[in-house]
Amino acid sequence: MSAIASPEKLPVVVTLGNPNTGKSTLFNCLTGLRQKVGNYPGVTVEQVSGYSEVAGQQVRLVDVPGTYSLAAMSPDEIIAVDVLRGGIADLPPPAAVIIVVDATNLRRNLFLASQILEAGVPALIALNMIDRLSNEGITLDIDALAARLGVPVVPISAAHGTGIEQLKTALDGVLRAPAAPHLVLNPALEDAVAKLTARLTERGIATSAIELRRALIDTGGYAEQRLSQAVGSELDTMLATLRHDIGGGRNLATLEARDRYSWIQAQLKGVEARGPTPRRAVADAADKLVNHPLIGTLLFGLVMAMVFQAVFAWAAPLVDAIDYVTSALGNAVTASLPPSLFARFLAEGVIAGVGSVVVFLPQIIILFTFIIILEDTGYMARAAFLMDRAMRALGLSGQSFIPMLSSFACAVPGIMGTRVIPNRHDRLATIMAAPFMTCSARLPVYSLLIAAFVPQRHFLGGMINLQGLVLFALYMLGIVGGALTAWLISRLYWSRAKARFLLEMPPYRMPNVRAVLSKLQSRAIVFLQRAGTIIFSVALVVWVLASFPRDDTVPSGVSRSDHAAQQLADSYLGRMSRGITPIFEPLGWDWKVTAAVLASFPAREVVIAALGTIYAVDSTTEDHANATLTSRIRAAKHPDGTPVYTLPMVFGLLIFYALCLQCVSTIAVMRRETGTWGWPLFAWVYMSSLGYLGAYLAFTFGSRLPTL
Amino acid sequence: MRTTLAALRPGQTGVVEGYSDIDETAQRLMQMGLVEGMEIEVLRYAPAGDPIEIRVMGYALSLRGKEAANVLVSRVS
Repeated sequence: MSAIASPEKLPVVVTLGNPNTGKSTLFNCLTGLRQKVGNYPGVTVEQVSGYSEVAGQQVRLVDVPGTYSLAAMSPDEIIAVDVLRGGIADLPPPAAVIIVVDATNLRRNLFLASQILEAGVPALIALNMIDRLSNEGITLDIDALAARLGVPVVPISAAHGTGIEQLKTALDGVLRAPAAPHLVLNPALEDAVAKLTARLTERGIATSAIELRRALIDTGGYAEQRLSQAVGSELDTMLATLRHDIGGGRNLATLEARDRYSWIQAQLKGVEARGPTPRRAVADAADKLVNHPLIGTLLFGLVMAMVFQAVFAWAAPLVDAIDYVTSALGNAVTASLPPSLFARFLAEGVIAGVGSVVVFLPQIIILFTFIIILEDTGYMARAAFLMDRAMRALGLSGQSFIPMLSSFACAVPGIMGTRVIPNRHDRLATIMAAPFMTCSARLPVYSLLIAAFVPQRHFLGGMINLQGLVLFALYMLGIVGGALTAWLISRLYWSRAKARFLLEMPPYRMPNVRAVLSKLQSRAIVFLQRAGTIIFSVALVVWVLASFPRDDTVPSGVSRSDHAAQQLADSYLGRMSRGITPIFEPLGWDWKVTAAVLASFPAREVVIAALGTIYAVDSTTEDHANATLTSRIRAAKHPDGTPVYTLPMVFGLLIFYALCLQCVSTIAVMRRETGTWGWPLFAWVYMSSLGYLGAYLAFTFGSRLPTL
Repeated sequence: MRTTLAALRPGQTGVVEGYSDIDETAQRLMQMGLVEGMEIEVLRYAPAGDPIEIRVMGYALSLRGKEAANVLVSRVS
């Protein structure tokens, strides 16, 4: 492979197409491992880019999120227009556009394709899923289609990897002899665009025809809003006159859709022939079952139980293995290097830090395997269809259900899973609700406290036990908290936003191993690259806070472990916790509980290790030295001799852990998925306040009750 | 007979006549093929009676009842 030249100088090739056309599979075929994921500046939409070699020449490939039209109502949707006109920072105008088209659904796919052909950018069409034509009873005259559209049309199957070389050859041809197609569907529109361009140029405002076309057609859309910021109030009169010239008072979006579909109809005449569809009978029968009120709902429950089970249980041995390797590596480093700050930094900072990232990988891979298979078979759309009504009550849509469910294992893959939600508002509300679900990191905390303090009592002849009931109540608390949060956010924050549920139901398809693996690979890379850097740096900061200031000389008469515990107490973390203990006194916490809870803000389960270390200091008498953590916390006393862990305080602590956002990984992934620090910070403040309030109420009112 | 898409039962077919209100969702529906003169078939309703699934130009699309009520159709069968 030749060395990659400076990326800014490489020709940019863009892939554009409808959702469900196999665009990302094609993108993975073309770029292999050499891809990068980022966000478009200013918006939450993911930008995937990579490099590919076309006839010995390196090109930079950029994948534009799937869309049905260039019409844009929000900043997220203007991206396709901005990419085409070269209006995105660090991204030159494309040298060529690969329009990815589903061969089995040409009529709808040519809507977007015709808009791109109007844009005057060198283009070619990748006619994907060509292998499915015969299944659908469709015959296509590809040469005639290419002749009519005036651009190369290459039949491919991205899932099977066929036609890719031919596509590259055609792309090479377009790059060598760039000929921009210039389709004119509506001459009156083009006249208006020319007039508007001239008037804006007089004022020194640089625009592009593709942007002006959208500003004229999409009344109140994002292109118009943006233009009006540059031009001012005069734009309204300009647009009104020109719009009237084009449509004579009729709605231009309606005209555009009508004209485009009749143009498509004309292009496909004699090119596409549709016979009876042999496979539809089977698919229809399957749909009857999947969408059956009873059978469909049961099947849905079964599928979800399986996903939940897999993420929870199948990942456990892998997670344990990674934990084992991490701690073994850390021990090996500590043992082989002379004790020094550098060795500690390597073992506790670098290895433990990286380990805390990698440990999420099995859950993410298992969850995404299921998500990708469910998506590729077409089941995900049916599940969303089934769940939409129920989720709507919370202000969400059917597509929010699966990310919420996976958050019971871990909010990190759950929040990453919100990418299946196309509606930005639904997606943000789901991201905010996801961390409330009882994740696997809360479970050890619950187990410890419940086993130590909730009495073993049985009801209904032993069928129900109090400890299990408390655990169930905590799960419910998370669900209710998340549901209320989603409801509040969709109510208060987006009262003006219109909820919408337009979802294409793709045909049932057998998932292709190649396609699943290539998507999985890019997900895993995304996770390790981006979340890794953020989680890793926060882990380092925590290590520094807990390790400094330090004094490695152990005073005589003090054991090494006591000295270590004292070091922790005197560290910045320990000092901070004693400084803010007054804040947590109303919850019944002493400084030790406060320190342990503080230490667990990066990751909730850390509280167990932190409590273990802190209470080890108390083991002044010999019989205490070998005591378990459970017996130590049971024996913990305030200076006045009263027990620290009273039942109200324990319930408060449990509620605190149920509601609080103590997880840097979640915060990092929220930052990544929302594209701002605002949302994760808001979530942190909001959830911490709820946790504090819950713990305060439980402790205050619980303490007033007669002893339970 | 002129009615709305929401009034069609599963198995019934209609031809799009227009929209009561050309809002953002209506524009999207038009982009996805629900333009004047296009034939659409109602495939099924979700268990709670909402959303509904339709077939247009050979592909299946689901939308909520409220959105379907905005689509004016003439019933074919």
